[in-house]
Amino acid sequence: MDRSKISTPTLRCFVETGPDHLCINVFSSVLPSEVDMSSPLMYGTPSSRVEGTPRSGVGGTPARQRPDLGSIRKAPQVDLHSEPPSADGAVASEQALGQKLVIWGTDVNVGTCKEKFQRFLQRFIDPTSNEDENAGLDLNEPLYMQKLEEISVVGEPVLNVNCSHVQSFDADLYRQLISYPQEVIPTFDMAVNELFFERFPDSILEHQIQVRPYNALKTRNMRSLNPEDIDQMITISGMVIRTSQLIPEMQEAFFQCQVCAFSTRVEVDRGRIAEPAVCRNCNTTHSLALIHNRSAFSDKQMIKVQESPDDMPAGQTPHTTIVYAHNDLVDKVQPGDRINITGIYRAVPMRENPRQSNVKSVYKTHIDVIHFRKTDEKRLHGLDEDSDQKLFTEERVQILKELASKPDVYDRLSSALAPSIYEHEDIKKGILLQLFGGTRKDFSQTGRGNFRAEVNILLCGDPGTSKSQLLQYVFNLVPRGQYTSGKGSSAVGLTAYVMKDPETKQLVLQTGALVLSDNGICCIDEFDKMSDSTRSVLHEVMEQQTLSIAKAGIICQLNARTSVLAAANPVESQWNPKKTTIENIQLPHTLLSRFDLIFLMLDPQDEAYDRRLAHHLVALYYQSEEQIEEEFLDMAVLKDYIAYARTYINPRLNEEASQALIEAYVDMRKIGSGRGMVSAYPRQLESLIRLAEAHAKVRFSDKVETIDVEEAKRLQREALKQSATDPRTGFVDISILTTGMSATARKRKEEVAQALKKMIQSKGKTPAMKYQQLFDDLRGQSEAAITKDMFEEALRALADEDYLTVTGKTVRLL
Amino acid sequence: MPSSHDWINKPLGVVEAMFAQSNSNPEWEAKVLEYFKGQLKEKESHSWVPSLNDVPLHYLKPNSLVKFRCLVQDMFDPEFYMGVYETVDPSTKANVLRCGKYKDVTECGVDLNSRNTVTAERQTFYCVPIPGESPWAKEISFLSAARVVPSTSYVPSRQKRSYEEDDDDMDTQPQKQREPHTETPQIQPHGNGDSKRQETEAPSSQTTTPSDCSSHLDLNFPLPGERGPACLVKVYEGLDSFKLNDTLEIYGILSVNPVLTVLGEENMETPEEQRAHDPPASLVPRLHMLYARPLQHNNPLLPSAPTEDQSAFVSSFLVEMASVRAELLAYLTHVLLGDGLAAEYLLLHLISDVYTRRDVLPLGKFTLNLSGCPLNSYTERLYQIVQQLVPCSYRLSMSLHTMNSMRLVPKKDYVANRLVSGALQLARNTSLFLDETQLEQGQLDSSGVRNITALGNLISWQKVDYDFSYHQMEFPCNINVLVTSEGRSLLPSDCQVPLQPQVTPPNMEEYLTTIHMAQFTSQINKFRVYLSLARTLDYSISDEVTKAVEDDFVDMRKDDPQSVTAEDLHRMLVVARLLSLSLGQTTLSRDGWMRAKHIDMLRRSRTEQQKSLNGNEP
Repeated sequence: MDRSKISTPTLRCFVETGPDHLCINVFSSVLPSEVDMSSPLMYGTPSSRVEGTPRSGVGGTPARQRPDLGSIRKAPQVDLHSEPPSADGAVASEQALGQKLVIWGTDVNVGTCKEKFQRFLQRFIDPTSNEDENAGLDLNEPLYMQKLEEISVVGEPVLNVNCSHVQSFDADLYRQLISYPQEVIPTFDMAVNELFFERFPDSILEHQIQVRPYNALKTRNMRSLNPEDIDQMITISGMVIRTSQLIPEMQEAFFQCQVCAFSTRVEVDRGRIAEPAVCRNCNTTHSLALIHNRSAFSDKQMIKVQESPDDMPAGQTPHTTIVYAHNDLVDKVQPGDRINITGIYRAVPMRENPRQSNVKSVYKTHIDVIHFRKTDEKRLHGLDEDSDQKLFTEERVQILKELASKPDVYDRLSSALAPSIYEHEDIKKGILLQLFGGTRKDFSQTGRGNFRAEVNILLCGDPGTSKSQLLQYVFNLVPRGQYTSGKGSSAVGLTAYVMKDPETKQLVLQTGALVLSDNGICCIDEFDKMSDSTRSVLHEVMEQQTLSIAKAGIICQLNARTSVLAAANPVESQWNPKKTTIENIQLPHTLLSRFDLIFLMLDPQDEAYDRRLAHHLVALYYQSEEQIEEEFLDMAVLKDYIAYARTYINPRLNEEASQALIEAYVDMRKIGSGRGMVSAYPRQLESLIRLAEAHAKVRFSDKVETIDVEEAKRLQREALKQSATDPRTGFVDISILTTGMSATARKRKEEVAQALKKMIQSKGKTPAMKYQQLFDDLRGQSEAAITKDMFEEALRALADEDYLTVTGKTVRLL
Repeated sequence: MPSSHDWINKPLGVVEAMFAQSNSNPEWEAKVLEYFKGQLKEKESHSWVPSLNDVPLHYLKPNSLVKFRCLVQDMFDPEFYMGVYETVDPSTKANVLRCGKYKDVTECGVDLNSRNTVTAERQTFYCVPIPGESPWAKEISFLSAARVVPSTSYVPSRQKRSYEEDDDDMDTQPQKQREPHTETPQIQPHGNGDSKRQETEAPSSQTTTPSDCSSHLDLNFPLPGERGPACLVKVYEGLDSFKLNDTLEIYGILSVNPVLTVLGEENMETPEEQRAHDPPASLVPRLHMLYARPLQHNNPLLPSAPTEDQSAFVSSFLVEMASVRAELLAYLTHVLLGDGLAAEYLLLHLISDVYTRRDVLPLGKFTLNLSGCPLNSYTERLYQIVQQLVPCSYRLSMSLHTMNSMRLVPKKDYVANRLVSGALQLARNTSLFLDETQLEQGQLDSSGVRNITALGNLISWQKVDYDFSYHQMEFPCNINVLVTSEGRSLLPSDCQVPLQPQVTPPNMEEYLTTIHMAQFTSQINKFRVYLSLARTLDYSISDEVTKAVEDDFVDMRKDDPQSVTAEDLHRMLVVARLLSLSLGQTTLSRDGWMRAKHIDMLRRSRTEQQKSLNGNEP
């Protein structure tokens, strides 16, 4: 069947001029009836309103018009085999060759199409389905039959059909659906209703079931829409930027004769009402008047959708498209929602104005929506496997896999990360692992809740060591990244705030950087400059991965599964190697212990390093673009690689790796136990697991193996060596990060307290002493230098023992 | 007199003839483009085409070929139009195929149901004149255009705006006498009286200048106080090759059909959107693009296209380069009150350019912070002098009020569906003069903080994050930022030079005016060419010098690792590059490196001096 034959002008003329009985109204089951059948308004209406239903079971259920498929067009069927078309021949063939009739302009045969779709509904099984819509269904039974059952129970007469299912079941049917949605979907509706009422003859529905296909694979991107897509079914993704008020659109006009009260109905055809000039009953001219409240209206809403920022080429502005939602799809989406829209792409010529001789040559385009699918709605609950539905072509996947199979892929990727930043290999590796993240695990059944899979990294170091540049790079690399500066952001800016919409006076929850970077990376520069209240917000995010909000009557918990990449400068302008990390950056240890890796970016001050650095920088200034590109991986490849691994690779620990992890942890605990201190906490074990998993992801491996654990161990050790070395002893001491104080410092504190106690005791029974006096005495007595801080700490320790109290400038014994 | 060219006067005739010949073979479209490109390649031919920048709209013939030097300010959604359609002649009932390309309006009697209709796609760009274009650049291109009589009746007799004398004015006078003889198009200029009066009156009645029409229609210029026509450019080919903020010279067919304004009835758009997308054609003409040339610079003194005559021009100028540099340096030294070092840095700053980007890092940017500027209108005069030298510039007076109230970052207005421009939407290599001496103590509100952040981002990363309300979008830019301040600027900068005046003229105003007046126009023009040209030169570093630089860096670090960091090396490499280019040398020599090191050392000792001075203050 080829389409060009059908649309020859002669055939067209025939259809237009042909006698009425030739044009079979295919859509008799979709007669408009917006008004409830039982309403008093319906009294006295001709019973013909429910005629034309295929089966008796369907008869009781009113059909509902589908304005999403356009105005009810008389869709005549044509017989392809009757050529040349003559009126007689067509009549004959109508009876004889009923099966070969197709709808004019298409190659769709109603009977075959219906049959095929019913077969699809009855037989289609998708055992590997993991869509959340199918949750609770038996995957080995026909999927859509179960959905029909659901409809009979729930009573919501809408059947969503995944087009990819149709495609895998019957490619030809899929093609027809995509190419002629306006004709095929009503046929589907008919098929479903027949099937449904056959099966559940007693069920009562509000109106007949409507089929809503979604996930048409044809188009993904708003930018790629072109004139060829007109009148086809498409799926595009985008973000809602504006919604209009509800618009009542007339579907059927009701006219009444002013003379004899004879009434007639006129369907709206392409936005026009052909007002009857003569009353058929009394033959009076111009006596018919429109009765508004007996006309049928349907709801309509204009929605503006903008393409999502990830889809567009750099340096251009996003495109927008107008979308019309009808009936129950009205008010389904709000500005700011990210949605996938399935609908029919329309182009309407500017209306001809009889007063003007020439018209604007531009078409107005819009999409009549059939199905909405919010992509970010699911993010609020549960995992989103396909929300970032980034599609990879097979060649691309091949390239990525090839890259993954290279033995040095880890090094390659890490060196491709921010090539303009020199060295800091381990930091780059750490960030690389952060980009990949660990495997999501759900322990909510056992009460533990979600297990954090995101890796948090803190960079501290001297100003001017390109920390910000690294952050900028990461922010540019990941699709859902946020960049904030600790200086400029407030707690509400990071979390969420409640705002009153000036127009609707409604309270609106506006999300901040942390929520926006859910599933992404939140880069926070100048972490140390952040106010305490702001920082405290991070506690919850960085371990529980949620944000709780209780504001202005809105109490909720939002997901913020974000990795935090923070950069902090030392309190003194330069890093003081004599002090611990905590002392240098003055951040609370409770927060620090939530970072998996803490790196120091210091100036190594060594000649060989300087030389390499100089070489690197000079090369930056004279190498041409091509040379650089040869040397390093393309940023786009890196992006895709990460996206692919994040979506498709979920490594699990194998036996050996688990053993290695256990050993590593025990070893770490052992180091400290010799000196009577704790050198590792379960948090370290957890981050070790995350890092190992991330490393397995880098290799595209489904199993975490020993080499992954080795690398995780090495990286953690490197980071600890940098950040948790006790400057007094030179040992790595994890308690610096977990309690904010090294074990030696704590021991020292105790010693001072004891010395003080001894001194006071030696003084004999004096109930009160002068503060300054006591301090001076202690300083005189002790060999080591005692600072005022140490003295105060010792006093506090003794006060805790209930040995003394400090009031103002006097110290009292108890 | 090249006024009788059909391809300029009736380009649509050419297009239609080619369409008629084609027999709906789609290749005709390429042929049309080829033809116009070929015509424009001919020597001087592009100067015969009247320019929208110079000629008021009402003097231009509708449907003629015009050119427009502009910046792409916004890109609207693509639209579908009837590429080919059929009309039915009401009297003969004959169907005729017609071409809808390069037109806004169809002929009468369109058969909307015709099978032969071909739907095609095109996109609309909203273009504005290059923001901040210096008066001298406008003047010169205007006068050079005036030399060749355009195919309109318009006789340029614009008032002189700058204080430059130019005796070219005399040349234009005789043309005025000829005016009545040249063919007058649709719009008849009112009488032939006093031309000056006419010029000031005509725009107000025709509302082509925003000065009085901005009240009811915002033409969305990035900078306040801009004048000139905005234009809706319909683009047919190579949509992906254009980017926002590109500067282009567009050759296209002018369409000012008044029907455009009337047609636009009953659709779902908001009135704001309709106003933004379908402004009256008499205010915002439509231009159907036939050919567009990306502009590397908008200096009218330089040949604009990279052709042979440009390379000839460059090589001839290279000889002079060193001497012009010396003269310019002397001039700048005078301007900067005798401070030679600051003048050197200012010169380097003026020729700087972001020549490439390594991932997020822009290379070649050179933001200069001139601190210690004398107060009281010195900075203003300084800006006027900079403006005289560069083709594009803007002075942002950073007073508390402007910082709090001004819109710097472009923002998407979803109601009108357009990008509302901001002062940071600038063409490449625009000189942005930030006057921090205007800043006083007080409270910055949230928009003020955002503005300061935007300026900081611009300086550090050479990018502006446009506000799309639900998300931000990053647009890279290439803007030369010069910050003048009293103390060290609160904004980041690549290089800070404290000004050390050697002279203290009693009357600053007079002093600077005298310096300025002392320069001949020809001299200034040389400077202008020099600055634009030095920027475009290629540059490389040989392996040998690379090695030397590396060694040098290691040595410096050995002496004092605290004082020389990677950042310093970055800066010195940029300084070395600019220094070489300023002398017309395209490779870095060892000498050049030493010089760069030397001036950087001088500068650093000066800032340190400043620091210790400040440290002594109570």
